Amino acid sequence: MAGFDKVVGSYEEAMEGLQDGMTVIAGGFGLCGIPENLIGEIKRKGTRDLTIVSNNCGVDGFGLGVLLEDKQVKKMISSYVGENAMFEQQLLNGELEVELTPQGTLAEKMRAGGAGIPAFFTATGVGTPVGEGKEVREFNGREYLLEESIVGDFAIVKGWKADRYGNVMYRHTAQNFNPMAATAGKITVVEVEELVEVGELEPSQIHTPGIYVNRLIVGSFEKRIEKRTVTES
Amino acid sequence: MALTREQMAQRVARELEDGFYVNLGIGIPTLVANYVPEGMEVMLQSENGLLGMGRFPTEDELDADMINAGKQTVTAVPGASIFNSADSFAMIRGGHVDLTVLGAFEVDVNGNIASWMIPGKLVKGMGGAMDLVAGADNIIVTMTHASKHGESKLLADCSLPLTGKGCIKKVLTDLAWLEIEDGAFHLKERAPGVSVEEIAEKTAGKLIVPDHVPEMTF
Repeated sequence: MAGFDKVVGSYEEAMEGLQDGMTVIAGGFGLCGIPENLIGEIKRKGTRDLTIVSNNCGVDGFGLGVLLEDKQVKKMISSYVGENAMFEQQLLNGELEVELTPQGTLAEKMRAGGAGIPAFFTATGVGTPVGEGKEVREFNGREYLLEESIVGDFAIVKGWKADRYGNVMYRHTAQNFNPMAATAGKITVVEVEELVEVGELEPSQIHTPGIYVNRLIVGSFEKRIEKRTVTES
Repeated sequence: MALTREQMAQRVARELEDGFYVNLGIGIPTLVANYVPEGMEVMLQSENGLLGMGRFPTEDELDADMINAGKQTVTAVPGASIFNSADSFAMIRGGHVDLTVLGAFEVDVNGNIASWMIPGKLVKGMGGAMDLVAGADNIIVTMTHASKHGESKLLADCSLPLTGKGCIKKVLTDLAWLEIEDGAFHLKERAPGVSVEEIAEKTAGKLIVPDHVPEMTF
């Protein structure tokens, strides 16, 4: 690599340095906008005891669900899980720990983590199990919880188009958590559908500026649909 | 007769106003979109990052990158915008959404809501529900008035772990429209043919009944 060129030659290189016990932040919502091939590479590497920060945990056999097959995940930090039988089984067996986090708080934890803000106050979760053991402070007559931000050893991100400098655009609602995840990794790895020439992306339309991106790779994606709903034409 | 799911959606739709940004939860709340009054403009917010959610796509329009918060494939209406999850929850937590409609297991006279966790059963998570109830000022809860076993879901104190504290002011059940104020449920309207006595019997929390309780019409 030279200068600002973030492109790596293989998925092995993309995930180089991932070790047992690390925290990985993953973009995606359901199966939409998930870094399918980077997840596949983590499975291939067989890295264990991972803490995965992601809104969901995929389904049986696809998405983050594949990391459950060989019990690579120690802990999930998510807002909604359990779309997969294996997840439920490992949770009930005590092989898997889950920290359920409100979706907006999860997004903000990533955003704040990437922005160098160690914690923030939010009204979300006050008086609920989420607030147990957390500092509560009153502002303007309302109670707020202190929530700590998250930084990952790695962040894995799925983009649509990128240039070699790591400037990334996302497509439609496949954006979701990806831009926040991209800011919050000590090493941020982005996989995209298409690599374009530097200068081709309109600067004001770039969602993730290349400064956040350490490694970039072009992949091909299955893009599985979780709930296929159509209207008769 | 108790209201059908469609009638509940119809009744909620009467609370819509022209120019409202609205977040609809899964289940009955989703049906509200079918009853937006003619000539009224309402923009639906989906918390995965879409403002201006449209109908389901045709086979030709189907796109894995276009889903709603229920993970269903959807389309966007003209004038829609798409953004990241932090921006989406800034809209919600910042109080920019005009109306939120969601389901619940229980509500109580202090405006507490329990909708995500039944101890002893597998807990899938709260998704965006805690953010929605904490961030919105105008929330309508839709649910059945009592469980299948006849146990009231309108309580003096929620028995299940909360989703939010002191945040619910309006409840539509299959039997009644109620508002929560000063530590009590206030009966505002009843379903056609449902007696005040039946509603009172199925309301465990303090219920204030005015002299006249109008019947809903459909």
